[in-house]
Amino acid sequence: MSDHAVDAAPDGAALMVKAESVHKSFGRVEVLKGIDLEVRPGEVMCVIGPSGSGKSTFLRCINHLEKIDAGRLWVNGHLMGYRQKGDKLYELRDKEVSAQRREIGMVFQRFNLFPHKTAMENVCEAPLRVRRLGRAKAREQAAALLERVGLADKMDTYPAQLSGGQQQRVAIARALAMEPRLMLFDEPTSALDPELVGEVLEVMKQLAVDGMTMIVVTHEIGFAREVGDSLVFMDGGVVVEKGAPREVLANPRHARTQDFLSKVL
Amino acid sequence: MSETPDAVTPEGTRPEAIRAVPVRHPGRWAAVAVLAVLAAMFVHMLVTNKAFQWSFIIDNAFRPNIVEGVRTTVLLTVFSMIIGVVLGIVLAIMRLSGNPILGAVAWLYTWFFRAVPRLVLAILFGNMGILYAKYHVGGVPFSHQVGGVLGVDMDGTLFTINANTFLTGFMAGLLALALSEGAYMAEIVRAGMLSVDPGQNEAAGALGMSRMQTMRRIVLPQAMRVIVPPTGNETIAMLKDTSLVAFVPVTNELFFQLKSVGDKSFNAFPMLVASCIWYLILTSFLLVGQYFLERHFSRGTGVPKEKRAGLRALGFGSGGGGA
Repeated sequence: MSDHAVDAAPDGAALMVKAESVHKSFGRVEVLKGIDLEVRPGEVMCVIGPSGSGKSTFLRCINHLEKIDAGRLWVNGHLMGYRQKGDKLYELRDKEVSAQRREIGMVFQRFNLFPHKTAMENVCEAPLRVRRLGRAKAREQAAALLERVGLADKMDTYPAQLSGGQQQRVAIARALAMEPRLMLFDEPTSALDPELVGEVLEVMKQLAVDGMTMIVVTHEIGFAREVGDSLVFMDGGVVVEKGAPREVLANPRHARTQDFLSKVL
Repeated sequence: MSETPDAVTPEGTRPEAIRAVPVRHPGRWAAVAVLAVLAAMFVHMLVTNKAFQWSFIIDNAFRPNIVEGVRTTVLLTVFSMIIGVVLGIVLAIMRLSGNPILGAVAWLYTWFFRAVPRLVLAILFGNMGILYAKYHVGGVPFSHQVGGVLGVDMDGTLFTINANTFLTGFMAGLLALALSEGAYMAEIVRAGMLSVDPGQNEAAGALGMSRMQTMRRIVLPQAMRVIVPPTGNETIAMLKDTSLVAFVPVTNELFFQLKSVGDKSFNAFPMLVASCIWYLILTSFLLVGQYFLERHFSRGTGVPKEKRAGLRALGFGSGGGGA
């Protein structure tokens, strides 16, 4: 670990996410070279950048799917993956990591629905096994969530029989079933046919309106402009530019941002 | 089709369905003719060759001692497969656990039990009584040695197994078959678990499910689709390998019983034919079981229920289901 002296009770208690100099390498390749970011509760932060810029990796570090090599990451005041006593860090047990992850919902690029379970069973699984809800209660909640994402008529359908857009909406309902305080979206529309992108973005927009804190890694510039509270441009493992979406998109200050935007806009 | 092509025809003017003369396959008919002649020759031989002695087969193939043999063979198959599958799952999880010690132990186990022939194992287990006459199953390992050093009479034994009554016949044969099966099943289960998309693990982890829950609820059910077909193979192989326990010796097993009838009556050949028939019947039942297992674990693969299992080359054509 690096020489960051951080007090046990982080100053960012009011923040939903606080990243401090987060570093991550895969083998010899350093993917994240010191990320500092703060996300307030209720904020929708969109992260854009060329592929290989480390934006997905950063997202996966937030819920500890990847272990960071240096720096600190807090979610809702909890130091992710470690317990700090004095200036010594202790790795958390699997169980404790699982408990931390319950506050964080994640939506994947490739949906990662459980193919052997129906839409209803996909949404019910974690509430039943992790939150230990009763069967009736879990089904009731799942039905409400599937209705919220517009799939009330697909409850008993297996993922393979759903379109990509429908699968991704089930995946969002599945993540919401754990009643997370923070939702992470890892390029949620990148694997979708163009005409299916809209239905997923619509669900996400509604979620943002309802006040969910969201970090969205995306290539949908329109969504970032319309729904995002803040926009982060990453390149080469660092945050190049951050600001209000309209401002960054209209007047990018850095040459790299200008170059990237000229290609995607 | 006399109409001129019209790009924007209103509905109802769908062109006539194509009715073309199909391609002829003279080669198929020639092959059918050849096979029909060969089949007729085979049936003719079965019926006319006196050596088969069909009436002798019918009279003797269902004697009480042979039905008892069927029972033993089926029980051995079922129990050794149950133990083998459970053992295989445990060993596969050990191999994939990331713990180097557990992984090495599982590898060593697999190495040993795949290297030693089942026949040798069967005889070896039949002679385990030579190592110890009694097996002490106790709470504290080495309790006698420790007690001896301390000068007190420590006895950690919970219960004692008498090798000469426990480890003979059925139990010895069962252990030999089950332990050997565990090694093969471990590899099959491991292949199945590796076939599951790593994204499934991540999705379950992100939902806060524990590793145990993820394994049991998410990974294994999906791995089963890959595990079941080769396990069907293993079960059929096991059914036949139960004839090896005659060397333990377990004498109330199917093949031993059939053969002994043949030996006693100096009529060996008809009883060998009867053995073939018995194993054919038993294997056919196993195939039916496999059909339903595969159908269960293929749920959610996007193929309609009736057709799912029929896709596998089971010898059941398009999923009719009967044997």
